[in-house]
Amino acid sequence: MGAPRRASRRSSADGPGGARPRLAVWKFASCDGCQLTLLDCEEELLSVAARVEIAYFLEASSAPGPGPYDLSLVEGSITTPDDLERIRHVRRVSKRLVTIGACATAGGIQALRDFADVREFLSVVYARPDYIATLDRSTPISAHVPVDFELRGCPIDRRQLLEVVSAFLAGRRPVVPPNSVCVECKARGNACVMVAHGTPCLGPVTQAGCGALCPAFNRGCYGCFGPMESPNVRALNRQLRELGMSTPELVRVYRTFNAAEEPFRQAAEEADPELRDHEKTPGEDR
Amino acid sequence: MTHKTVKVGGLTRVEGEGALLVRARDGRIEDLELRIYEPPRFFEALLRGRSHTEPPDITARICGICPVAYQMSACQAIEAACGVEVTGPLRDLRLLLYYGEWIESHTLHVYLLHAPDFLGYDSGIAMAADHRDLVQRGLALKKAGNDLVAAVGGRPIHPVNVRVGGFYRVPTRRELAPVAERLRRAREIALETVSWVAGFDFPEVEHDYRFLALRHPGEYAILSGDVVTSDGGSFAVRDWPEHVTEEQVPHSTALHARLDGSPGYLVGPMARYSLNSAQLSPLAREAAAAAGLGPVCRNPFRSIVVRAVEIVHAYDEALRLIDDLAEPGAPYVPVEPRAATGHGASEAPRGTLYHRYRIDADGVIREADIVPPTSQNQARIEADLRHLIEPRLDLPEEELATLCERAIRNHDPCISCSAHFLDLHVDAR
Repeated sequence: MGAPRRASRRSSADGPGGARPRLAVWKFASCDGCQLTLLDCEEELLSVAARVEIAYFLEASSAPGPGPYDLSLVEGSITTPDDLERIRHVRRVSKRLVTIGACATAGGIQALRDFADVREFLSVVYARPDYIATLDRSTPISAHVPVDFELRGCPIDRRQLLEVVSAFLAGRRPVVPPNSVCVECKARGNACVMVAHGTPCLGPVTQAGCGALCPAFNRGCYGCFGPMESPNVRALNRQLRELGMSTPELVRVYRTFNAAEEPFRQAAEEADPELRDHEKTPGEDR
Repeated sequence: MTHKTVKVGGLTRVEGEGALLVRARDGRIEDLELRIYEPPRFFEALLRGRSHTEPPDITARICGICPVAYQMSACQAIEAACGVEVTGPLRDLRLLLYYGEWIESHTLHVYLLHAPDFLGYDSGIAMAADHRDLVQRGLALKKAGNDLVAAVGGRPIHPVNVRVGGFYRVPTRRELAPVAERLRRAREIALETVSWVAGFDFPEVEHDYRFLALRHPGEYAILSGDVVTSDGGSFAVRDWPEHVTEEQVPHSTALHARLDGSPGYLVGPMARYSLNSAQLSPLAREAAAAAGLGPVCRNPFRSIVVRAVEIVHAYDEALRLIDDLAEPGAPYVPVEPRAATGHGASEAPRGTLYHRYRIDADGVIREADIVPPTSQNQARIEADLRHLIEPRLDLPEEELATLCERAIRNHDPCISCSAHFLDLHVDAR
């Protein structure tokens, strides 16, 4: 995650004819929900479309234009040999590359294969696994190419997406708070579900951005925005155990949509140290 | 002897990614493949070992366009395994949430993905340059659906409020009242939409479809029901595996579903409408009649009218449910695990979505099976394409490719929901 380079590119993007900056939306292994978020910006969509040229967006347009692109939004994780090549191409034709969502920034739910034998997974789903080309791991975009900004969430938040697109168009850094869900919970005036109801909650270690949605529905946060910076998972694990969570439950709660993110991977291993001995380590069988 | 190969690389305005490859020789199609390059994500494999409480959240991630459908089929399958049935106000709330998703998903398809085909635009966004009011109308129609899903489920994509047994929290009347107000206003737009799309220019084509959909005695089936087919078949959801089989065909790109041994049946709006149109709300039936739809629709290009009619129905029913909503005693019924297998099916916007789970006495999932609508329609979409292309092989390639894309979009295939579409490598000849 690096700071966006200065907006001097704007002028070249504008070109001699004053053309609008060109936006591209790319999909890798994913559910389409994050790019749908762009189409869910009902009230803003047409004004965004007036400010940028939506040059490549297969889900929305049958006339994809050629690169280069000023801003590429990338959804999905890298899971096939072809996609390894394709993401390099996307990087080459993009001045700025922003990943959107848990798949693109963390590998997504499909990264649960990282902790299993992908051949065995194949044989469970397909009668003829030999037809399928797949990698042993589901990896984030940043594992393969430099990324200018990573927007988290499963799915991403609509307002944060608009902020990121606006920021890149203006050549400034997006304002996306790095704190935990707890901060949003307090701001929203929610009662703490853990303190008030004894409901296990990942809010203390999870990156904000959703607006503390789950606690507002009397539910513990399930970590769909992934780990915040430097989370104290050890302290949270202690508390979750006090609330009655078993070791397998603790492992599962970290192993969902951001399972491959290092702090959540460590949190699961902290809960069950035996995992370290039985599972692949990062970088193995690539 | 002439060979001809048509390629539509990077199918556009469908959710997910696919391509079409056709090989013809002497005016006959030898090979036609709707190629899907959606990478496999192994949901059925990774669900094993998870808790019986988790499928609603995990399987929602199969499709960002219809997560509620996945949540509903998953919940009902788990509840069936555990011997629980969710009824009364909690079931009504599920219906309400589901109608919101139908509105979102259908409106997205009608306005932004499908209508541009009829009006000669590359995208809804390009269409907005000439018809801003029209696209704004579509976005308003869609937004009311998003607002409904957000009010009941917490957010429009991957709602957080759904759990096995019901909900985490029941939305209050105060939360639903402003949504109802917006729905009431937007229902007018839904009616205008039906007459708008009914005026499009439709190619005169009819296929002898074999339809499959759920049927419910009390409603136009969306959340639950028995499975019925247009050739008179009927079976309970728990008997699904005896009737629907999936096979991986060599030189084909997807698992092809077969119904009682034969391939090529159709699920989705046209199937639902043709099997159950008498159960639509009075307003939706009126709109359908005014749009010139008979009780059965076999022209795939007219599916846009059927979707528009279903949007009216969804608005109508959602408003009725909000008006009549009773206070459930608790937000959910407890669902205690037991060693059993459960089946669940509901009508996703794109058609019947089936889930099966085998769980053990501790509630750990041992086996999962998911049959999404697009994998059921795959063979039938290919058949539509054969009919379309064979008499038109002499058309310029670009024109033919455009026609094929239109024929595929008629069925609104959601390729990301391909829990098991293949990334198949075929030797080029």
